[in-house]
Amino acid sequence: MLENNVLEWPILSWVVFLPGVGGLIILFFVRKHQENLIRWLANIFGFLGFLISLPLWFYFRPEGAQFQFPEQYDWIPSIGVQYFLGIDGISLLLVLLTTMLGFISILSSWTAITERVKEYYVMMLFLQTGMLGVFVSLDFFLFYVFWEVMLVPMYFLIGVWGGPRKLYAAIKFFLYTLVGSVLMLLGILALYFYYYEQTGVYTFNVLELMNLGLPYNLQFWVFLAFFVGFAIKVPMFPFHTWLPDAHVEAPTAGSVILAGVLLKMGTYGFVRFSLPLLPEASKGAVWWMVLLAIIGIVYGAMVALVQSDWKRLVAYSSVSHLGFVMLGIFALNEIGLQGGILQMINHGLSTGGLFLTVGLIYERRHTREIADFGGLAKVMPVFAAMFLIIALASLGLPLLNGFIGEFMILQGAFAVNWVWAAFAVSGIVLGAAYLLWLYQRTMFGQLDKPENMKLQDLNWRERWTLIPIIAFCIWIGVYPAPFLKRLEVPVRNIVERIEASPVEAARSPEKPTVGSSTSDR
Amino acid sequence: MSELFWLIPLLPGLGAGVNGLFGKRLPKALVSAVACGSIFVSFLLALGCFFGVFWSGGSTAVETVRLFTWIPGMGVVLSDGTFGNLNIGWEYRLDSLSMVMTLVVTGVGFLIHVYSIGYMAHDPGYARYFSYLNLFSFFMLNLVLAANFLLMFIGWEGVGLCSYLLIGFWYERKSAADAGKKAFIVNRIGDAGFLLAMMLIFVSFGSLDFYAVMGAIAERFAAPSTGWGLLSAIGVLLFVGAAGKSAQIPLHVWLPDAMEGPTPVSALIHAATMVTAGVYMVARCGVLFEHAPLALTVVAVVGAVTAIFAASIGLVQNDIKRVLAYSTVSQLGYMFLACGVGAFAAGIFHLMTHAFFKACLFLGSGSVIHSMEHAEHASGGHRNYTEMQDMRNMGGLYRHMPKTGLTFMIATAALAGVPLTAGFFSKDEILWKAWSGSHGSGLLWLIGLVAAGMTAFYMGRQVLMTFFGKFRSGAKMESHLHESPAVMTWPLILLAVGSIVAGWVGIPHALGGSNHIEAFLEPAILAGTHVAAEGAAQAADHPEGDTEILFALISIAVAGCGLFLAYHFYVRRPERPKALAAAWPGAHQLLYNKYYVDELYDKTFVRGTLKGSEGMSLFDAKVVDGAVNGTAWGTLSASDVSNFFDMNFVDGAVNLVGSILTGFSGTFRRVQTGLVQNYALMMLVGIFVLVGLFYFLI
Repeated sequence: MLENNVLEWPILSWVVFLPGVGGLIILFFVRKHQENLIRWLANIFGFLGFLISLPLWFYFRPEGAQFQFPEQYDWIPSIGVQYFLGIDGISLLLVLLTTMLGFISILSSWTAITERVKEYYVMMLFLQTGMLGVFVSLDFFLFYVFWEVMLVPMYFLIGVWGGPRKLYAAIKFFLYTLVGSVLMLLGILALYFYYYEQTGVYTFNVLELMNLGLPYNLQFWVFLAFFVGFAIKVPMFPFHTWLPDAHVEAPTAGSVILAGVLLKMGTYGFVRFSLPLLPEASKGAVWWMVLLAIIGIVYGAMVALVQSDWKRLVAYSSVSHLGFVMLGIFALNEIGLQGGILQMINHGLSTGGLFLTVGLIYERRHTREIADFGGLAKVMPVFAAMFLIIALASLGLPLLNGFIGEFMILQGAFAVNWVWAAFAVSGIVLGAAYLLWLYQRTMFGQLDKPENMKLQDLNWRERWTLIPIIAFCIWIGVYPAPFLKRLEVPVRNIVERIEASPVEAARSPEKPTVGSSTSDR
Repeated sequence: MSELFWLIPLLPGLGAGVNGLFGKRLPKALVSAVACGSIFVSFLLALGCFFGVFWSGGSTAVETVRLFTWIPGMGVVLSDGTFGNLNIGWEYRLDSLSMVMTLVVTGVGFLIHVYSIGYMAHDPGYARYFSYLNLFSFFMLNLVLAANFLLMFIGWEGVGLCSYLLIGFWYERKSAADAGKKAFIVNRIGDAGFLLAMMLIFVSFGSLDFYAVMGAIAERFAAPSTGWGLLSAIGVLLFVGAAGKSAQIPLHVWLPDAMEGPTPVSALIHAATMVTAGVYMVARCGVLFEHAPLALTVVAVVGAVTAIFAASIGLVQNDIKRVLAYSTVSQLGYMFLACGVGAFAAGIFHLMTHAFFKACLFLGSGSVIHSMEHAEHASGGHRNYTEMQDMRNMGGLYRHMPKTGLTFMIATAALAGVPLTAGFFSKDEILWKAWSGSHGSGLLWLIGLVAAGMTAFYMGRQVLMTFFGKFRSGAKMESHLHESPAVMTWPLILLAVGSIVAGWVGIPHALGGSNHIEAFLEPAILAGTHVAAEGAAQAADHPEGDTEILFALISIAVAGCGLFLAYHFYVRRPERPKALAAAWPGAHQLLYNKYYVDELYDKTFVRGTLKGSEGMSLFDAKVVDGAVNGTAWGTLSASDVSNFFDMNFVDGAVNLVGSILTGFSGTFRRVQTGLVQNYALMMLVGIFVLVGLFYFLI
């Protein structure tokens, strides 16, 4: 499962900590009023963070062992905590998505943030380190540390640089997520102590824990604990209401990161931990998970349809899209899972892009009410064209990224139960409805509001925040093979683990599972 | 040369890229050269393939090229328990069926591109227009040449996108933007059916390649009664997709509104090519439908009903383009009727001839509108574009634009089914097959026949109202009317020629021809199946030659009646139409308002969805989020209670203990006398008490 680091240097640590170091440098060595210096430094560190993550793409061997570039040291030996990093194809794509969106969102903040500039960029860079850490940790304790660390900068980003109801939104976000993570911690500790009981060794090493055949009862409770933690983060219906508030109040860059990366942590958690560690419980939960996923798809889309706030509409569209991701994951077959993971990346790109477009408009007009716009294509043709491509990617037009993911998810779901696919397909129709209607109301029609007549089209910095996203949308849509190839090994491993687990463990506890010799407690 | 046929779709794609990215900075001449040139080269390539492959190699020739693996997806367990990998190639295939379609799309498409140079000459969005038009050609050719369902679906949704962009090309008009959105969403409903059909196909057959799937069906379901449930489900779902794209009931509502787009767009997308994609797809899956009689019946019935339904609406419309739009819906119904009775080749034949004469009609109407708008402008009028398209404001235009008028009449003759024109042969073939085909029936034939009569009537009416009689918008405006420039009339002339000769490839045996087109298409439609041999054998014998001639005479008579009625109503007795409308106001209103289908959909589906969504939004805010905020409030209140309890009870208890102790200490102070004897005495008492307790309790 592990392969030696092909690079001579600890690349993952560099990737994770470079932004954080940048944050520290700004914090300690730059004075508050040197705002442009701060901006330049933050952008440079954001860009370096992206550059340094690129070797991962080129040196990762898709056909190699599942986890690559490992770094493993003892951290707190007395309780078995390790500093253990490593990535597989799933983490690889998420890490690259994070470094890219991180840089883009830092770049997009240049003129948007004018107050407390220093603190803002420090927070952004710290946030980057926290998120990257989550995706590369293979030690549960380390994972949990990064998971919690990441909350703090996000809390401040919403609470300090947010809109009128920023405090409400920030506290809601923080508390909601915290409730989930505390339960998740309980689940982690249950695994930890069970492992000790079985082997006499304390460890948080995820790969070691996977060797443990857990009795169904324990799996069930741990799954439930993880579920609360991850489902809030995804967010799955009905745990989603923190999302629109957080999105609407957050500054643009915060929304981009929130939608692009933070939401992926929930789905990532399911894929990385729930499925392989708790295969039987996952199987047992399929119906519930799929039900919530499908409700999310249709419900999110319908609620999005009637929003009058541009940003809120995009926020609810996330609920719908993440429903697709969850549906693919819990189809529990290769194609669904592969599609679900690809869709995580796709959603990060297209919804991240949609939030950037809202931000560009908000910066100009300081309103997000859809009714305040109309006919913008006339004055902002470049913006209109870019917005259109991103919207089309989001609604799953073939040759753009969203379609590949959605089709694979639907095909995976259809193979299990055609009814699931039939319901989910309605989400595709509604997706076209809410996005095209939004597009029509903002970009088309008469340019009749005097405030809109003098709007400036995008300058080059702004264009460059959208161009990489559009390029990736097209790349994944036309030639997704390199991305799909990197997902094959981990997806196959997960599906094999699930298929190897007994079908109805709950009713046949005496049936021996691999590595488990004890009976239920 | 034929191995380069994959360039056919890619060249217009390239053109779209160039014009889309740099068109604004390029001179107009260069923009048009790129756009028209790229599709013209594609047309030449297609001709080269036709002569290189099919002329010499026969109609069974097949060229396949796999450019790269598009989706190397992982797999699922299929319905038969085996494991299937989703391995979708970017793979083009040229067989006789896609060859015909490619020639139509590139040939007619090229003429429409050229015509657009004149029509859009003064539009500020010139480059944008041509880049969309090229993009459309790319997607359409992709749809046609795709070797598998999923690649076809790229083209399928892609042409939908271009249709959206071009309908809404003049996006400042709300009606145009609305129409574009409506087209896309209605199409998406159809696409949902297509998607589900694809998934079912993959789960059932483990492949999405057309030939592989059709071969598997023919092999696995050799006995006609087996597998009908599965195949009917696939067939009906596919047809939902086809109905969306080809504007069949109940998804027809978007096409008439689509006339908001520039007229060449209506000609290219909403008459000649895109809307026929559904017919093409059904023909492509001919083997599947042959094995699914239920699905075939659905196709035939929907096609026939749409044919007569749309034709009846066309009888009373006054907008020159709307008449043509309903005519298109109706003619598409004919094509589906042909497919539904098992005569796929006849459907494609009509598709081809229709592409010529309907494109000619639309471009002709565009020429008329163009002239009307110029004249209105020049004479200082300010009526809006809907007035300029209203036939009640026209009349006598033939004198001013003879080329347009003549070509328009030739195309009208073809559409009405005047003998020896293209439409005559193709429509007659369909009517004949509706009667005699393996799945045909007298009722289907009769519906088709009545619709044919209506078609002749509304087309006669249109020609008479537009080109003959007196001009009805005043002499001042009339003096400014003039023929369109050569760049617009030449395409009209070429299309008019096509409207006549295109039918000659399908002259039936009964009329002394040899129906080349049917023999040419059959191998591709029934590719790789045993039905192919049977089909060829069937085509060879023609026992009912005389009956076929009789049927041809009947349809000639009906078409003649339609044209005569139009002449009677609009030339000899011009007061009659108004009188008729007054006599049956209900019927007239019903037809004029398109059977109120739009209103019905608006009241039910659109309103329903919006109301439901609003309800959900409210539910989200009040109940779901309410629960969250309620929990927060509950926690806060509990905290308040705790706080109160803490202050008054817990802390109170502590304080109470304190005060009690203080109180006691007052009492006990006296005990603390400081005298050792007293202490010793108390110790002694204590010991006695403890020992006593100990003693009694044990």
